[in-house]
Amino acid sequence: MAIFINENSKILVQGITGSEGGKHARRMLASGTNIVAGVTPGKGGQTVDADGKIIPVFNSVGDAVAGTGADVSVVFVPPKFTKGAVYEAVDAAVPLVIVITEGVPVHDTADFFAYAQQSRTTRLVGPNCPGIISPGKSNAGIIPGNISQAGRIGLVSKSGTLTYQMMYELRDLGFSTCVGIGGDPIIGTTHIDCLEAFEADPETDAIVMIGEIGGDAEERAAAFIRENVTKPVVGYVAGFTAPEGKTMGHAGAIVSGSSGTAAAKQEALEAVGVRVGKTPSETARLMREIISGR
Amino acid sequence: MDLYEFQAKELFARHGVPTTSGIVVRTPQHAKEAAEELGCAVVVKAQVKTGGRGKAGGVKLAADPQEALERATDILGLDIKGHTVHQVLITPASDIDEEYYVSILLDRSNRTFLAMASKEGGVEIEQLAVERPEALARVAVDPLVGVDRAKAEEIVDAAAFDASVRDQVIEVLERLWDVFINEDATLVEVNPLVKTPEGQVLALDGKVSLDENASFRHPEFDSLVDSVETDPLEVAAKERDLNYVKLSGSVGIIGNGAGLVMSTLDVVAYAGEEFGGQRPANFLDIGGGASAQVMADGLEIILSDAEVKSVFVNVFGGITACDAVANGILQALELLAGKGEAVAKPLVVRLDGNNADLGRQILRDAANQLVEIVDTMDEAARRVAELAAQGA
Repeated sequence: MAIFINENSKILVQGITGSEGGKHARRMLASGTNIVAGVTPGKGGQTVDADGKIIPVFNSVGDAVAGTGADVSVVFVPPKFTKGAVYEAVDAAVPLVIVITEGVPVHDTADFFAYAQQSRTTRLVGPNCPGIISPGKSNAGIIPGNISQAGRIGLVSKSGTLTYQMMYELRDLGFSTCVGIGGDPIIGTTHIDCLEAFEADPETDAIVMIGEIGGDAEERAAAFIRENVTKPVVGYVAGFTAPEGKTMGHAGAIVSGSSGTAAAKQEALEAVGVRVGKTPSETARLMREIISGR
Repeated sequence: MDLYEFQAKELFARHGVPTTSGIVVRTPQHAKEAAEELGCAVVVKAQVKTGGRGKAGGVKLAADPQEALERATDILGLDIKGHTVHQVLITPASDIDEEYYVSILLDRSNRTFLAMASKEGGVEIEQLAVERPEALARVAVDPLVGVDRAKAEEIVDAAAFDASVRDQVIEVLERLWDVFINEDATLVEVNPLVKTPEGQVLALDGKVSLDENASFRHPEFDSLVDSVETDPLEVAAKERDLNYVKLSGSVGIIGNGAGLVMSTLDVVAYAGEEFGGQRPANFLDIGGGASAQVMADGLEIILSDAEVKSVFVNVFGGITACDAVANGILQALELLAGKGEAVAKPLVVRLDGNNADLGRQILRDAANQLVEIVDTMDEAARRVAELAAQGA
């Protein structure tokens, strides 16, 4: 099972002939992902040799879907062209579109997110995210495939490297699926979407949720957990020492006024029974306690 | 990127939002000359990127040029919530009958845009929103449609503007949308939007934030970057494309990935409590690549911070391999030594993930006295805080 992607996922890579797209297509393949197609406008008919596997390149997402039955697109195209690339994937009704690209203008994201919502056919993940991995089954994005094995923990995180850190800390227990939702102000898939999917996934026993300062996504997630999540959740929030009004790398990680602080998020999560670690390693320890207590 | 009021008003004027003109000056003498040029009573307004200027004494009326000189003398150099006033806007004084509020902004929570409007502007709008939310109309704006005439009418009617100004406020909202969409703004706010005794609607103030991710289609953004209010180390870091934020503390921080670096700041601050309150000195995310050059640039910036007593390099090798990071650290130290910048502050390095063992071995073999390898993030944070306390 896992969530969003599994061994049956047929992945296409938008921007496969670019340096990032090409490099990561190889990495995805190496961790067992079924990549069926690449898309680069004007390069249809070419192929990409990814360490022995020949991947056909199409001019458009529509052609790629028609030709291969791809049902997940991973987008590596530069910020300038990201909106166009997502529109194309939505128009081809690709069910899952994962936007890895960093630095997309938020007006473009607001636009293509609204477009995807309106289509009712496409789930968007990202932008500015590391993607999704269901270890041993499929790896759609840039999460290193060898950090952790398959297991029964679900992970959802705004931060890429904290995702890796947490996967590493709990690598012996393993993960059903890890979703890097990205830290931009507007993202296609939220903590809540992932919590809902993990709650419904029979292969997930417990959930780690990693947040950071800015916005109110963690507070909303807390309210969702209270009403809808029966599986144990442990949380971690980065940014307790971040000063107000300064952007810390992630465009979304900015605290304005009193809401959006790490302390407020921790409080909201603890109020609904989520145990929140003070550091990544303490968070991992809390998860171990939960798993061993079962 | 937040703009100054005068920059916001320039954008307003360019997109047809009715506003007052003005002259930006940096000295009292120039303030006097500006008032002479305008030839009327003026308002002297501190240009700082924070709210509450009026309350802090940063906005004053001046009846004549001499008074403008005096008020500018009072205001220039004033500290408003940690922002020093380096420039003032001299703008014609307007008679005001009524004050309103309008804004268009990014609504993160609902992942869309939002317009807000109130007949009761001029006050702290956050306070109004809390105390009398019904007095502040909030209308969602579909990014695929924007604020067209129909949406502007909806907003104005939701806020129940008087018929005498309805058409003008509708026009203002449509023009503000032009600013918002064409300039890639995440916020355009007018507080107050006023009605003059002659019945004209005017933006007397303006707040605009721009999305730096959109700078590839706005070459003019570069000219809006503010070197006056920015920390010199941040300016130096920006020149080298480093994602650096200056904080106040003794432990320099280098890491990869925004989330991990933020987490590192927290862990160091916790550990620092045990050692006389040592705090992180900066945020620096060297990203996925982490080449020797980037590491050298980062180390150079951090070591040039006089407050820094020790440095924590915290890397999780995801895509980056830790042996490359270890080599990067050693090369960076060599590069700095080659430039005659002797490194005398201790470095605590924690490497995990891809090729971590190899990376640690490379550092051990190099046997640099200043470089200490610690296995976990928590232990490394403790050690670096301890070293900072010793160096203080």
